[in-house]
Amino acid sequence: MSSTTAPAEPASRARPNNDGGGFRQTLAKWDFKASPYLYIAPFFILFGIFGLAPLIYTAWVAVHDWHIIGGQGDFVGLDNFTAILGQAMFWKSVFNTISIFLIATIPQLLAAIFIAAALDNNLRAGTFWRMGVLLPFVAAPVAVAIIFSNLFGNEFGLINNILQSIGLDPIRWTGELSSHVAIATMVNFRWTGYNALILLAGMQAIPRDLYEAATIDGAGRMRQFFSVTIPMLRPTIIFVVITSTIGGLQVFDEAKMFGGGGGGGGGIGGADGQWKTITLFLWEVGWRQSNLGRSAAIAWLLFLLIVLIGALNFFITRRISSSGGKR
Amino acid sequence: MKSRALRRTALLAGVATTAIVLAGCAGGADAGDSTEGDGPVTITVATFNDFGYAPFIEEFMKENPDIKVVEKISGGSDESRENMLNFLGQDSGLSDIEAVEVDWLSELMQYSDRFVDLTDPELEGRWIDWKQSQATDAEGRVIGYGTDIGPQGIAYRADLVEAAGLPSEREAFAEYLGGADATWDRYFEVGAEFVANSPTGATWFDTVQGVYMAQVNQLENAYEENDGTPIDLEGSDVEEIFTTILEHGTEGGQSAGVGQWTGDWDAYYNKDDGFATIMAPGWMLNIIKDRAGADFAGWDIADVLPGGGGNWGGAFLTVPTQSKHPEEAKKLAAYLTSPEVQLQLFLNQGTLPSTVEALASEELKGATDEWFNNAPVGQILSNRADAVTVVPYKGASYKKIHDVIVNGMNRVDVEKTQGIDESWDQVLSELGSLN
Repeated sequence: MSSTTAPAEPASRARPNNDGGGFRQTLAKWDFKASPYLYIAPFFILFGIFGLAPLIYTAWVAVHDWHIIGGQGDFVGLDNFTAILGQAMFWKSVFNTISIFLIATIPQLLAAIFIAAALDNNLRAGTFWRMGVLLPFVAAPVAVAIIFSNLFGNEFGLINNILQSIGLDPIRWTGELSSHVAIATMVNFRWTGYNALILLAGMQAIPRDLYEAATIDGAGRMRQFFSVTIPMLRPTIIFVVITSTIGGLQVFDEAKMFGGGGGGGGGIGGADGQWKTITLFLWEVGWRQSNLGRSAAIAWLLFLLIVLIGALNFFITRRISSSGGKR
Repeated sequence: MKSRALRRTALLAGVATTAIVLAGCAGGADAGDSTEGDGPVTITVATFNDFGYAPFIEEFMKENPDIKVVEKISGGSDESRENMLNFLGQDSGLSDIEAVEVDWLSELMQYSDRFVDLTDPELEGRWIDWKQSQATDAEGRVIGYGTDIGPQGIAYRADLVEAAGLPSEREAFAEYLGGADATWDRYFEVGAEFVANSPTGATWFDTVQGVYMAQVNQLENAYEENDGTPIDLEGSDVEEIFTTILEHGTEGGQSAGVGQWTGDWDAYYNKDDGFATIMAPGWMLNIIKDRAGADFAGWDIADVLPGGGGNWGGAFLTVPTQSKHPEEAKKLAAYLTSPEVQLQLFLNQGTLPSTVEALASEELKGATDEWFNNAPVGQILSNRADAVTVVPYKGASYKKIHDVIVNGMNRVDVEKTQGIDESWDQVLSELGSLN
């Protein structure tokens, strides 16, 4: 930007018959200084409106009694936070969320990297395969959840039918860990392909001469993958890990839809809260119990948790991939 | 020069974009459906499950060409409630007519000034008293027109009952349960007999949740005193009911242990090892038919309910004050709840009318249902309506408390993760953290 503006300045000054010369000049100067900020302003304005303002407003709601219809009540300070932190169900939802997140994310990222590596080869009809892995992502999450909930039905679900037909015991999918696996499966179904494409983009940006050099050095396919691809992919992996962390800690649709309609704990993450995630708990407190103040407090606690785990993730992935790089 | 002009354009464009974005945000909230000029007025009707209104809405539009009606059907009562709570608070986003279920009506009654007063001298005495009083607030404003009511009989699988060697014929079955003096003790006693003798291993009832619903609707003050203060449930009737049903249901093996409204529940209606009885308000009849399938034979309905009469469910049509066309909405709501429409709805799908005239009509009393072994459903349900003597008090916290307890039952019955005592303890602690 600046390289094109610099010569324009003297040109305007040189013009003699310019009645508004002084004004024009200040305008130009102002233009020069301010316009870059205006160019980037839309993002910050949008962020302010849709990101920052709700965050601050939520904090305001969280320190008040707030009924969903009645609106703002008395100022209660940190009471909402202490009430939530004192509820066993909150901690259970934190545990569930992290459990589902781990069960989903680790296999998902491993699978995504290998799928990306496979797609990185010279496949025939490459675009077809690349589009193919993105297909599950196009499906509406709620539709996916409904279909998978049927597959994972306790009594008449397809998976249990198959298990029984080969002589195994049916699995009670609404149990503690089994429900986490079921929900993680839905999450993986949707996100693996998406992450694979992002990783693929990262892989394609790796200079090919590195591979050529590796080949000349006598490195095999596997060796190239672990010693060239993975280290070079480091920034992409960090990006994918962080976005998955944010997404994974906000799992809602899948958990909400799992287990069917209103009975048997469906819709609220299980009668025992076996698969109640933080967002689901947030929704339940706000919309089922009409207590938006506490709901806002949960939202803030979730925000803090995401920041914490995001930071943790960042340092771990940095460490892992940088040690890989030195090798 | 050129680059400067370009830049200025870009600058202007940037500012304009920002302005548009800002304007969009500010204007978005109000730019609703109020943009009809001289054309017909559009009013929306939000219901849940299926009220069967479609043909009547057609009819109404034919008679009122200046009104266009759009029906929105949500997935269920809970979903409607959440939607209602959400948008009632925001003061926008609701339909012109909103259907409200009786279990959470009282929650909204706290904010009765957010609903149009539907009082109409012409409609005086149209509904049965207790139905009308539920939707009338302390100042005498009527905020909802009653749709159906849900007095319960017992729908049962005559084929399974017969196979277990119990009297399966409609009247004999009712008599076996105690007839007019049927008690819950007797119901569970027969249940134990049924379970012990069923050759296919069928269970006695679908889920403890349904049986609990029937019993709790027979209590005058289940969860709250008449002034709305929550009752301490430790050692209460509710605890007693909770424990008894669960003991018979799980330890006694009388419950099929499937959550209501789940796929598993749906699938049990026509199985040989399915459940034999289900508490059946009028609106349940179509649900049973749908799940079991039109060709299935075996279901019947008996004119009996243990513990006296009982009412499960029933809705109201309300008009929120945020409606832009309250007059038209009121007119439509009055039409949809008129005796004629209610009677027709009963004949179509079994939802029992709440208007005096429709309830008393010969057509209703004479109605039979071929699918339910030609049962005289009209007579049975209207007998059941007469048997309702208790109108339970349901205050602002009713639904919240009820949900916690039902979850507690499902933990034991459906998910089998806890024992009865452990689950009840958790119910008490969750109730403690509700407010």
